[in-house]
Amino acid sequence: MARENILLLRKDAEAQIRAHGAEAYPHECCGALLGKDDPAAGLVGDRPVREVWSLYPLVNRRDDSPRNRFAVTSADVIDAEKAAHAAGLDVVGWYHSHPDHPARPSEFDREHAWPWYSYIIVSVQNGKPAEMTSWRLNDDRAGYQAEAIQLHPTAEDVKQLRTQVDRTRAAG
Amino acid sequence: MPVKVMIPTPLRVYAGKRDSAEFTATTVGEALGGLTNEFADLRKHLFTEDGKLRSFVNVYVNDEDIRYLAKESTPTKDGDVVSIVPSIAGGSTGTLACAA
Repeated sequence: MARENILLLRKDAEAQIRAHGAEAYPHECCGALLGKDDPAAGLVGDRPVREVWSLYPLVNRRDDSPRNRFAVTSADVIDAEKAAHAAGLDVVGWYHSHPDHPARPSEFDREHAWPWYSYIIVSVQNGKPAEMTSWRLNDDRAGYQAEAIQLHPTAEDVKQLRTQVDRTRAAG
Repeated sequence: MPVKVMIPTPLRVYAGKRDSAEFTATTVGEALGGLTNEFADLRKHLFTEDGKLRSFVNVYVNDEDIRYLAKESTPTKDGDVVSIVPSIAGGSTGTLACAA
C-alpha cells in the first residue's frame, strides 16, 4: 500500500484559491503552488509531507473554452518558477477550479497531467467555492492518488496564538 | 558532441533527482532519445504510445521552440542546451468536450 501523501497548505493560500475560483466563475481559474517538497524528509513521521507556502495566480489562456478548460503556457510556467526561486521555493504543483463540477480530476485532467506535481481542484458551485481536493498522477499515468490537504496556520495565526499564550501567562 | 538536456522538476524523480544530463547528439530527437534510454521511466511522460511528443511537452534549443525549427530533427551542436518545459492544462469535463 502506498502511503498517502500530505499537502500542508497555508490557510491564507487556501482562502486565496477559493477566492480566485469564485472571482473567475463561471470560468476556470488557475495558478501555481509555490512551496517545498518534503523539507523534513525522514524527520517527521513516515508520511511524505509537501508544503505550499504561497500562490502564483495565472490567467487562464483557454479563451475558447474557459468554462471547462484551463491552460498555462510554458512561458507562464517559467515565470512561476522564477517567482518561486526568488522566494527560495519551488513550483510544487498547480491549482484550478471546476465550475459547477465536483472537485475530481476529469479524464482530460489525467491525460494532460505531469507526475510529481500536486494538482489542487476546487469545486465552485453557483459561484460559491465548495469542496477542495488534491491529487498526484500515478507513475503509470493510469490514475491519480488522492493527497490529504492539511491546513497550516498563517504567520498572523501564530502571532495571535503567541499573544493569547502571553496573556494567559500574565494573568496566571 | 555533448548536448545538455535540462530536466523539468516533475520528471527529476525519474532521473535520480538530477536537473540536467549530457548526451552526444546531432539532433534534438537524439538528445531526447539519450535521455529516455538512460532514464526509461521518463519516456511515457514525454512521448505518447506511438512515439510522438505529448502536446504539453515543450522543447527548446537555446530558448528557441523546436516547433518553429525542425521539430525533433532540429540539429544540435556541441554545447547546445535542450530544455524541456511543461505547459499545464486541464478542465472539469471529459475528453468529448475538447474536440474543438
